[in-house]
Amino acid sequence: MTHELHVNRIACRAHGLCAELLPEGIDLDEWGYPIVAAGPVPDELLADARAAVAACPALALRLAGTG
Amino acid sequence: MTTRLDTEGRLLAGNHDPAPLGAAEGLIDAVERAGLRGRGGAGFPTGRKLRAVAAGRGPATVVVNACEGEPVSAKDHALLTRAPHLVLDGAVLAALAVRAHRIVVCVHEGDPLGPALTAVLATRHDPVPVRVRAVPRRYVASEESALVNLINTGDARPTSRPPRPDQRGVGGRATLVSNAETLAQVALIARHGADWFRTAGTAESPGTTLVTIGGAVRDPGVREVALGTPLGQVLEHAGAAADAQAVLVGGIAGAWLPLPAAAAVPLAHRELHEAGAPLGVGALYVLPARACGLAETARIAGFLAGESAAQCGPCMFGLPALADDLTRVVGGDGTVVARLRHRLGVVEGRGACRHPDGAVRVTRSALDVFADDLARHAAGRPCVHIGQARVPLRRRYP
Amino acid sequence: MIGLWYASRAAGLLALLLLTATVVLGVLTRGRASSDAWPRFTVAALHRNLSLLTLVFVLVHAATAVIDGYAGIAWLDVVLPFVSVYQPFWLGLGAAAFDLLVALLVTSLLRTRISPKVWRAVHWAAYACWPVAVVHGLGIGETEVASWWGIGLVVACVVTVLGAVAWRFGRERMWAPR
Repeated sequence: MTHELHVNRIACRAHGLCAELLPEGIDLDEWGYPIVAAGPVPDELLADARAAVAACPALALRLAGTG
Repeated sequence: MTTRLDTEGRLLAGNHDPAPLGAAEGLIDAVERAGLRGRGGAGFPTGRKLRAVAAGRGPATVVVNACEGEPVSAKDHALLTRAPHLVLDGAVLAALAVRAHRIVVCVHEGDPLGPALTAVLATRHDPVPVRVRAVPRRYVASEESALVNLINTGDARPTSRPPRPDQRGVGGRATLVSNAETLAQVALIARHGADWFRTAGTAESPGTTLVTIGGAVRDPGVREVALGTPLGQVLEHAGAAADAQAVLVGGIAGAWLPLPAAAAVPLAHRELHEAGAPLGVGALYVLPARACGLAETARIAGFLAGESAAQCGPCMFGLPALADDLTRVVGGDGTVVARLRHRLGVVEGRGACRHPDGAVRVTRSALDVFADDLARHAAGRPCVHIGQARVPLRRRYP
Repeated sequence: MIGLWYASRAAGLLALLLLTATVVLGVLTRGRASSDAWPRFTVAALHRNLSLLTLVFVLVHAATAVIDGYAGIAWLDVVLPFVSVYQPFWLGLGAAAFDLLVALLVTSLLRTRISPKVWRAVHWAAYACWPVAVVHGLGIGETEVASWWGIGLVVACVVTVLGAVAWRFGRERMWAPR
């Protein structure tokens, strides 16, 4: 089962907590909005990814599982 | 597969027998076999969309997109003026096939097409209620999810997907959002059959399509052409200037192709996509030799930036930044070229809808196609083009 | 049993300080405050943790007041405003603030399961909860309020919250700060 991070671009308000909690997978552009690395989240970062999802004040980050 | 150029073809003949309503049964099969692709810009297979909506639970809705938000396109207006019943027949047939309980025809506010269609509807007796709905005059308001959002909440701004309208749209039910021309093609398929439809066009892009040709051409306007016709042939038929330097394909958020180099590219979905300039709504704007493509694109980029729905950061902030950088380059500042290229990569694909992607595409294609001009502007040397093309950015209603 | 009465007053004062800190951190979270030592997720997490600590002290404050029995406060008076025998109005404000606090906490714990609009609408109630708690404290805490340090603490709380709100609305013009 692989997991991918999806950003709800309309809900996102550039709080930036996701990039703080998952710097290996999320970068911020020059305006503070998340650039999520493509592809599935590596297993060892899954816990951090879940923390990032829970921490988003706008609930804009989602972890979707497939497979 | 004939690839001929028609000026009075199947759609614009203006004199159509109404399709038998019994054709609604088996319509989806026929449209799938015909291989019709949407004429509203995305080129999505219409049969697949019909099937998805028909599979939904509860009564569906059919939304006819007659807004024609693209300022350089006039095909839907031409079609709805010459053959409104054809479009409405297609909408009714589609509604019956997907079990829709109503049809909403979307037209921009202030467009005389609105009252005209209302008058046409008054003369019809359709088995499904049809209403005309006015849409605010913004560029993104006629996007698929924006129309659904408008009908649901009154807010004509695109929404996040999933779910797509064909899964959950108006009233939370499956919704078919279709371009006016697409539905007209559906009506023709219902009347004449899938095999007939495929006698024009290519295997992957069957049928004819309406194109709007403007700019440096002798006979601008809307024409019906068979898909697969080489671009150069289409432009020549409209009397394009022999020294035209480029053509803007697909609309103002489409892409530039160089002339005469791209003359051999067939006017078809895959071939144009591979050439970097998707067919879109079939609008072709020819750039004369005397105009500066970069300056025109800077104007377009500024317009697109102003038309952002301002819901997503990368679009809301990125598009004005792109337009600003491009304007600086045109003004002779070469230091921002690298930043502009970087920003194009950052903005692309990071909005809820495709609006920022269009702005990125047209800008990137301009940097490629007008590379010589770019080098000259970036070095601060004067532009060799002295005139303006003034790609129209706003539609004026009579 | 008189000791419990004083414990209740002390817990109440602590709860007010914690509630003030919670509100201030909530405003800072919304306004994207951060520094190198305090990244945004820390500010947000502190806001959440202090809100839970506030609840603990509010529960202690209410429970000790009821158990003490001196003023005849019933368990029901903790959640139902204005029905108590003892100072119904000032105590009732406390019950109202408590109800609002519970609503805030429950909706926040269920944040992923409820509609974001509902969560946001209820969270605005925080701006009602805090002033109601302050007025409850001023009205019911006669002896504390009469002292200079009592007044001083309340004033400090009010100034801090007003300052945070003013800072936040000064930031509103900055849409997406780095």
